[in-house]
Amino acid sequence: MSTRHILLGLLEAGPSHGYDLKRRHDERFPQARPLAYGQVYTTLQRLVRDGLAEVEGTDADGGPERTLYRSTAAGARELARWAGEIAPPAPFVANEIFAKVVVSILSGGDPAAYLRAQQDAHKARMRELTAVKTDPGADLATVLSADYALNHLDADLRWMHTTAARLATLTAEVDTT
Amino acid sequence: MNHRGDAMSDKEEGPVPLLAARSLVKAYGRTPALRGASVALGAGEILAVTGASGSGKSTLLHLLSGIARPDEGAVTYDGQRLDRLPERRLTELRRTDFGVVFQFGQLIPELTAVDNVGLPLLLAGASRATARERAGEWLERFGVRGQEGLRPGELSGGQAQRVALARALVTGPRVVFADEPTGALDSLAGEQVMTALVHTAREAGTAVLLITHDAQVAAYADREVRLGDGLVLPAGVAA
Repeated sequence: MSTRHILLGLLEAGPSHGYDLKRRHDERFPQARPLAYGQVYTTLQRLVRDGLAEVEGTDADGGPERTLYRSTAAGARELARWAGEIAPPAPFVANEIFAKVVVSILSGGDPAAYLRAQQDAHKARMRELTAVKTDPGADLATVLSADYALNHLDADLRWMHTTAARLATLTAEVDTT
Repeated sequence: MNHRGDAMSDKEEGPVPLLAARSLVKAYGRTPALRGASVALGAGEILAVTGASGSGKSTLLHLLSGIARPDEGAVTYDGQRLDRLPERRLTELRRTDFGVVFQFGQLIPELTAVDNVGLPLLLAGASRATARERAGEWLERFGVRGQEGLRPGELSGGQAQRVALARALVTGPRVVFADEPTGALDSLAGEQVMTALVHTAREAGTAVLLITHDAQVAAYADREVRLGDGLVLPAGVAA
């Protein structure tokens, strides 16, 4: 996920300081890793350097002085470009699970056992995510974020199921190439 | 390899399960459906039973709910042998302690939503007014308030399935058997049905035996057991 563009997006709502941007990011994307303050300030400085954001002024609000940032016209254009950009439909073949299956075949391991253990781990994670999204206090952002992960894990599971059923053919192919 | 008893092994050392199947064997003619399946369901537990088509999932549900009897093995409910109960007592248990939901809700087409939900209460001796009032409460709980007067054919698939859930839960059963309850629904309607089922079951302490082939539906459960070729597969064994 592009932290740079997420922060630009948050700045589109109006001038804001680093602490507030971090808080809003963590609220909006509860399933993402919380942003570190250092990462927020470094990203803001780069946005200013690239002309995508600028310093609006300072805001003390009874506490320590904080720098307010706002998006520029160039920032708004860059945000619109990024938001409309089609994400690459990845991942494709070169994923870690597939790589481990092939390496397991090459090294005389037990790819079927690996796939079964991986499926169990996927299912355990799916139960955790389902518990998160069915919690009565879960907001829609949390539900949608959990759904995204659940659908991807489910696709992985179906792929593992099919691969497990085709291991004999795959083993023959890998062994002869 | 002998798979018998695997799903019960962790339960045998713990508290007595509410519902347990031990070494169930069932065949239809010469076709074996179950070949020694054992499974245990704790009070208030949500258990998913998964497996490919023909693995014996629905047969297991029929035996555990007393709809059918095993050829061999035992089904124990609340300390009593379910498979040895006379038919009249089984019918009574299914009315008072068990609720059942199938893939297609199997609502009575001539009755309105509220009368479908109220029917188990009427059969249990409630007055018509009481049955309708409580049925209305349950319809509201499942988000189908306002559709009380509609017949099943006038409801969407998701609404009909939530009405079926309300009917299964209206008597306050200790166990709900759900056989592919979202199998005929789109993903959003399926999610609404599963969320309603899980919330209500957890709130009421109702145990749920959930039959599904869908990993996302199975993930609503506390635990999953997999059936393969009429047996419960231990963890780590391919279906």
